[in-house]
Amino acid sequence: MDLSNYLLMKPELSLTAVFLLLIIYDLFASDKTKKYYFPVACLLFLVHTVYCFFLLKEEGTSFGGMYIAGQAQAAIKCILNVGVFMIFLQANNWLSKPDAIVKRGEFFMLTVLTLLGMYFMISSGNFLIFYIGLETASLPIAALVAFNKYTHESAEAGAKYIFNAVFSSAIMVFGLSFVYGACGSLYFDNLAISMFSSPLIIMGMILFLAGLFFKISLVPFHLWAPDVYEGAPTNVTLYLSTISKGAAVFALMVILYKVFPLLSGVWTDVISIIIILTITVGNLFALRQNNMKRFLAFSSISQAGYIMLSVFNGTQFGMGATLFYIFVYVFSNAAAFGVITAIENQTGKVNMSDYNGMYATNPKLTWAMTLAMFSLGGIPPTAGFFSKLFVFSAAMEQGHTILVFIAFLNTVISLYYYLLVVKAMFINKNSSPIECVSTDGYLKISLTLSMAGILLIGMVSCVFEYLRAVSFGIW
Amino acid sequence: MNNIPLEACLAVSTIMFFAGVYGFLSRKNMLMVLVSLELMLNAADLNFVVFNRYLFPNQMEGMFFTLFAVAIAAAETAVAIAIIINIYRNVKSVYIDENITTMKN
Repeated sequence: MDLSNYLLMKPELSLTAVFLLLIIYDLFASDKTKKYYFPVACLLFLVHTVYCFFLLKEEGTSFGGMYIAGQAQAAIKCILNVGVFMIFLQANNWLSKPDAIVKRGEFFMLTVLTLLGMYFMISSGNFLIFYIGLETASLPIAALVAFNKYTHESAEAGAKYIFNAVFSSAIMVFGLSFVYGACGSLYFDNLAISMFSSPLIIMGMILFLAGLFFKISLVPFHLWAPDVYEGAPTNVTLYLSTISKGAAVFALMVILYKVFPLLSGVWTDVISIIIILTITVGNLFALRQNNMKRFLAFSSISQAGYIMLSVFNGTQFGMGATLFYIFVYVFSNAAAFGVITAIENQTGKVNMSDYNGMYATNPKLTWAMTLAMFSLGGIPPTAGFFSKLFVFSAAMEQGHTILVFIAFLNTVISLYYYLLVVKAMFINKNSSPIECVSTDGYLKISLTLSMAGILLIGMVSCVFEYLRAVSFGIW
Repeated sequence: MNNIPLEACLAVSTIMFFAGVYGFLSRKNMLMVLVSLELMLNAADLNFVVFNRYLFPNQMEGMFFTLFAVAIAAAETAVAIAIIINIYRNVKSVYIDENITTMKN
């Protein structure tokens, strides 16, 4: 056995080390030292995040092509790290509550474990590793969704998530079995060589894609998303809507580009119909929501449609635009959910009508929310504008004019409901607005970080240049 | 052994899979939903084994995939049953009806 294979897996090893340290600390620390659990966990993860930035240049394959380390994979891992770090910072208030403080360690461990699964899913070069990574990523999330076990909504959301996750992965594996039966291998490289266009392979591919679309919650397969997002604890909702979606999109993109480039005529048609449905239905349902978490759930469904718009081009520019979109989306959603967490923890209010007249009492939080909404809607000074610009120009380059036109119309609709939140906070009158919410230092850091991200990432053009340079396409 | 044609094995696994889909969509008891899900996963595993045995007998990739998939299915069942027990503690029922579903569009 050649141990040098492991040298490429430094991000995974570092994350495993973080997980082991957290579990040892949680098990063996005395009650007196345990009160530092939260800062220690955040610090450990920060060290891991910074360490991953030094590994951006690593390339190669190990275990006979089962594990692929490339620059694009390293870049998406860093993006996910930054997102998870912000989620950790936002969780302090919620985890300090009496019914959550005893299982505080479990939140960190389960989150780190799902992230480990996503790492394997991202750098897989074989469908076996891909499947194991996908399940390692989705099973602990079910436990996280059902984390508040004394509230019925949380348990119900957990059941809905686990049933849908297993259902989708069963469909996915069933499709995979046909691809295996036709081509005789599970390695991405061998599959790409022996791939040919036959009804069996096309059926297998469609079943496989349907399973993955469940995870990304694209429209015919989106029905679980709003309920799960509403019932889950707010920090877990943020995790589901950004990190898990981003990792699944990246894995889908790699598989489409590496395994099924020969069938691109088939999946281009399928995905373009799904994009139109996703963007439109997500937007139209978001219009009629009052609960903020449900509202952001439908908004994240339509955002997934925009991400797919850049995925299915198959160009290097398209892949760079996808990575950039995920990066910006992590920051915008982190800001929006940070404000929701702060308000929910202190007052228990999550409805849009409760936000009326909030500017009078909480000006800072209102500005944070406004910037997040501007970025999600795509208003120029924020990074959201640039990410949408790149996605649209990548699609235009390949001549998908009608698709871009429909997506553009939908941007206008989405702007209406994003600005509805801004209007509620600034203009609507309310005799009893939300009282002044005090946020703890960690949440302040997280909000500042996401504000800086929203304002700067678009302007600092080297970010996009870098992401584009590391990406690859079919042609 | 080779008297059984490949098509017969595939027919069995396809019937299993769609019986699972039907059960998942129509059953009201959450445990039965879980059983249906297992049926779907096992149909996929059966497919892998059959393809490996009949078409590529010189290598073991499909068998290995099945081994891992069985272990993962067990883990899935464990988590799902834990969540079902949690729901049972809250509402004293495992039937999917209006007592359980509180969130709707």
